[in-house]
Amino acid sequence: MDLAGLSTGWYLALSVALFAIGGVGLLVRRNPLVMFMCVELMLNAVNVAFVALGAGLNDVGGQVAVFFVLVVAATEVVIGLALVVAINRRRSGATADDVSLLKG
Amino acid sequence: MAEAVFAVSAVLILAGAIGVVASRNPVHAALFLVQTLVGVAVLFVLNDAHFLAAVQVVVYAGAIVILFLFVIMLLGVDKAEELRIEPIFGQRPLAAVVGAALAAVLGTVVITGTDVLTGLRRAGGDRALDGDATDIERMGRVLFSDFAFAVEITAALLTVAVVGAVVLTRRASRSDVAASGDA
Repeated sequence: MDLAGLSTGWYLALSVALFAIGGVGLLVRRNPLVMFMCVELMLNAVNVAFVALGAGLNDVGGQVAVFFVLVVAATEVVIGLALVVAINRRRSGATADDVSLLKG
Repeated sequence: MAEAVFAVSAVLILAGAIGVVASRNPVHAALFLVQTLVGVAVLFVLNDAHFLAAVQVVVYAGAIVILFLFVIMLLGVDKAEELRIEPIFGQRPLAAVVGAALAAVLGTVVITGTDVLTGLRRAGGDRALDGDATDIERMGRVLFSDFAFAVEITAALLTVAVVGAVVLTRRASRSDVAASGDA
């Protein structure tokens, strides 16, 4: 394990920063595609934390968790992009603010 | 050496993340996302997770980002977005406050919890990382023993996703339109 001098804390700090940037992007951006990319950023932040903690605890479970996160991220992107395509077919150039049909 | 690699990839990751959030053109955002994903893959290699690093590059940078670019091109939304106007008053400052609060809370957890999180529990047997087995061998062993049920659920999830994507993007055929017209 090549962790000499590099503690898990640094990885977790990077993970926190990446997660916060992704969260802010999700709140700020209005293009649904870019919002999905920000979700991917947050998922990757969690992956970094999983792998670093798995290495710190000497447990392969962290890597297994990342494996499942990857699969779920792939399915989430497939369904999300299908929704974006379906919405854009009805009204082109829609941003997240325009999709308010369910608003009371 | 490990510190230098970590520092370089951390800078790449954070710069890419800021690029995703701040770039006006969705295509540029997707390319910045590739930068972040490759940086994360480097960190996986640094933690001896070679299989995950390969999967990260192939699935994320290869498949998912290509899917993003494909949809961007398909929909023709690759024109630059005007980022200066705020549709909801006070959205940006509030988002910055929420982001700072999120980072502060998570940072507090990390700072107070690191000693507990590292070295509290050491795995043994198949799950220990310091044995002779390669990481892919170890992961395969654990996936198909301890997590066999989760793997099955994952297979079902992938099937549902494929069917759902087809149903969502399918154009209504002529007979469907006629049937709904009668109703």
